[in-house]
Amino acid sequence: MSLQDWTEAELGIHGRVLPVMQAPDAVLSAASSPVDPADPETVRLAADLVATMRVSPGCVGLAASQVGVARHVFAVDVSGHPKARTVHGTFVLCNAVVEEATRNEKGREGCMSVPDLTGDVKRASRIAVRGRLPGSGEEVVVETDAFEARALQHEVDHCDGYLFLDRVAGAHAVYARQTYL
Amino acid sequence: MEHVNHIAVTVIGHDRPGIIAAATAGLSGLGLNLEDSTMTRLRGHFAMMLICSGDCSPRQVEDALAPLTADGQLEVSARFVPDDDGVGPAGHPYLLTVHGGDRTGIVSAVTREVAEAGGNITDLTTRLTGDLYVVVAEVELPAEVDAPALATRLRTVGHDLGVDVTLRAQDTDVL
Repeated sequence: MSLQDWTEAELGIHGRVLPVMQAPDAVLSAASSPVDPADPETVRLAADLVATMRVSPGCVGLAASQVGVARHVFAVDVSGHPKARTVHGTFVLCNAVVEEATRNEKGREGCMSVPDLTGDVKRASRIAVRGRLPGSGEEVVVETDAFEARALQHEVDHCDGYLFLDRVAGAHAVYARQTYL
Repeated sequence: MEHVNHIAVTVIGHDRPGIIAAATAGLSGLGLNLEDSTMTRLRGHFAMMLICSGDCSPRQVEDALAPLTADGQLEVSARFVPDDDGVGPAGHPYLLTVHGGDRTGIVSAVTREVAEAGGNITDLTTRLTGDLYVVVAEVELPAEVDAPALATRLRTVGHDLGVDVTLRAQDTDVL
């Protein structure tokens, strides 16, 4: 199926909203293990990630390690984000790898697991990511750009045990998150 | 020709609007040029360091900035520094990141490893938010340093401290 047509309804279950882990929790620093996309536990995890992402204001992506599960699964949805160009809506990828990455651009990133800081991170603005859909296990290649590309690389990093803090662009590229009244 | 001194000035203390305006007005009144300067807030405290140049003494600088310190909430110091512009050959630039649970000795343990490899830290910031401690340092490594081996040693140091350490080349995009 086309990734754009995929919704969490494909999973056939309602996800639970899970608590989000914050650094320095060790689960965020460990590389996640690959999953069987067809395993009911993976499907449940995928539904939970989408449900947790949905209730979190401003959240455009969530990796399993962020809810304390060291499995190679993440959810992304950048719909409506002003910095997004290509948008594939809501989707969940298992065992995803970045296959092509070009055109580095710097951008400011935040993370639910590092709630008090943001940072400037250089990432490819055009990428191809290969992964499998939860449930069907169908292999997909996501070709995307701009903000969706940034979100995918941020989530793949989580699966590899890295935070945006590991990629900031310089000694003065970490900022206290501003709270606007 | 006018005699040129280089003077290092630090201003540190309670933050309030107008400190930079007042400090730089005092320096400019002495005919001093601001060269490199940096200013930030450290846990809410104002902190500024700068190097200025001109024909006057540190004592004159401290006298000119005395009104800043009148309420006892700011400290100003000034001293001569040699003109160290362009010291030594630049090494290869790397970025060092450390994050993990706050504990004493993180910065000292990590920077000791860098120093033992002959690396020079050219910029460093640390932040503590909640229990999360973050260090980002810019490091110049001499060409002969085996950077991957240093990165491995730093990861081991980090592992012993329970923090994550990464060392990566800092790429510069020249446009």
